[in-house]
Amino acid sequence: MPALDRDDVAHLARLSRLQLTDAERDHYGEQLDVILAAVARVAEVAADDVPPTTHAVPVVNVTRPDVVVPCLSREDVLSGAPAAEDDRFRVPRILDEEEQ
Amino acid sequence: MSDLTRLDASETAAAVAAGEVTAREVAGAHLDRIEQTDEAVHAFVHVDRELTLAAADAVDAARASGGPLGPLAGVPLALKDVFTMRGAPTTCGSKILDGWRPPYDATVVERLRDAGVVVLGKTNMDEFAMGSSTENSAYGVTHNPWNLERIPGGSSGGSSAAVAARQAPLAIGTDTGGSIRQPAAVTGIVGVKPTYGAVSRYGLVAFSSSLDQGGPFARSVLDAALLHEVMAGHDPRDATSIDAPVPPVAAAARGELGGVDGLKVGVVTQLQGEGYQPGVQARFDEVVQLLTSLGADVVEVSCPSFDYALPAYYLIAPSECSSNLARFDGMRYGLRAGDDGKNGVEQVMAITRAEGFGPEVKRRIMLGTYALSAGYYDAYYGQAQKVRTLIRRDFEAAYRDVDVLLSPTTPTVAFPIGERADDPVAMYKADLATLPSSLYGGPAMSLPAGLGDDDLPVGVQLMAAVQRDEQVYRVGAALESALQERWGGPLLDRIPELATGGAA
Repeated sequence: MPALDRDDVAHLARLSRLQLTDAERDHYGEQLDVILAAVARVAEVAADDVPPTTHAVPVVNVTRPDVVVPCLSREDVLSGAPAAEDDRFRVPRILDEEEQ
Repeated sequence: MSDLTRLDASETAAAVAAGEVTAREVAGAHLDRIEQTDEAVHAFVHVDRELTLAAADAVDAARASGGPLGPLAGVPLALKDVFTMRGAPTTCGSKILDGWRPPYDATVVERLRDAGVVVLGKTNMDEFAMGSSTENSAYGVTHNPWNLERIPGGSSGGSSAAVAARQAPLAIGTDTGGSIRQPAAVTGIVGVKPTYGAVSRYGLVAFSSSLDQGGPFARSVLDAALLHEVMAGHDPRDATSIDAPVPPVAAAARGELGGVDGLKVGVVTQLQGEGYQPGVQARFDEVVQLLTSLGADVVEVSCPSFDYALPAYYLIAPSECSSNLARFDGMRYGLRAGDDGKNGVEQVMAITRAEGFGPEVKRRIMLGTYALSAGYYDAYYGQAQKVRTLIRRDFEAAYRDVDVLLSPTTPTVAFPIGERADDPVAMYKADLATLPSSLYGGPAMSLPAGLGDDDLPVGVQLMAAVQRDEQVYRVGAALESALQERWGGPLLDRIPELATGGAA
């Protein structure tokens, strides 16, 4: 079982879009190690010929009648936005300096 | 009328329908009870007296005009703060949604309104339903009304505490790995996870989509069944919703499908013994004896894959969580932090999520991200899904021989607040017995079985095959009646009186 070092946790945090302090990285790293050791037992069972189960009660080909129904108003959609401008969501810049 | 907060939901509905009491009086009595007791219990994160009384008035007006009343018209209910409802905030116990007012109603909320159920407010929960103690809430800890130093279970701990404290006769929770059944067990009430897909997830903020399921809390099996029938049913807005009639759970709870005489009940070998508190095991053994004396044919059933339910669950649920919670990016709703004009969108997201999520949510997002990442996917997530298949096969084999399966709901009674707060694996073990049926998808009920260690409630879990929800109600009602005959009344009669100074 690979023990997670600080760099591994930093990588996970970046993939997860979570800004962590060094102290938090150490703390979560230790806890994730313990949890991973506890859950790695799944490898002990389940042979190659066992298919995966993705849903508890599978339903397939779910369709609905192709009828137009009203959607939320623009006012409702923007009502919870942290920032809005000109009837749109206002977001921070999406390109890095060198990409601009 | 006598104390309206002591009536069962079915009794309240009958009294409102007969005009013996108004829905407004019932709602008022419960709002008063919340005011008197919730400073100590902290079951609710949002109560709106005006909105509640307006909903009650609508029921009274419908009755006055001779309109048809639903089976639970005028009955108050506590709603877990993970369902959207217009006119109230939805926080999911998270700072990242602090103050968010959703622009739409959950299907469950629409169904409640159509049935004349009066929503009192939103209840506290572990953040995004991740936890077993309601300690992982950004809005404070909820206390168990049996002993205020103990946890009320989780993640639906606000809902279970509200029902046990007589703040509401009914509540709604959600159950992903045991978040209805475990809180019900440790607060001495009835809680049911219906078959996956029975209750619409539209407007239920997602944690683990292949497992999340809404369900009822109540003080009796019949009340739980009446709420189950209001909540359940096909919803085109949820693609996983089952398009089939709801099983006859209320009829089963009334005994109309028969008792337990001649039914085959399986006791699961893997869900008892080592790891289960002596008081829990003792109450469970008594229930097994009682079922035998009522004419049930009790046999032992071995489900060896159940030993791997905990590791499989704590890979599948965090994996789905890491994907679902990606939507909290600080762009369209909720908190945004670090937007200083210099930080780019990725930095703003990372700062927002660091400030907005609590430790357990961060742990699970990172755990899920790890389990889904290249190089580890097959060993973790892929293996967990295969284990899920093996667990399903164990259940299917068992239900070829028996009608219901039986186990303790939890390994221990309510543990002290703080005891497991920073020990994730110890916390996860609270769900040991509830996880298998979550992974399988079948219905499961927790029913009060008596008092165990430290004079705290113990629950027994009844499980049945997919879409056979009526079986758990049938056995549950028979057991409830036999146990209450033995006790001389409901278990909740033995709860210590809460001080009613309150936060008036």
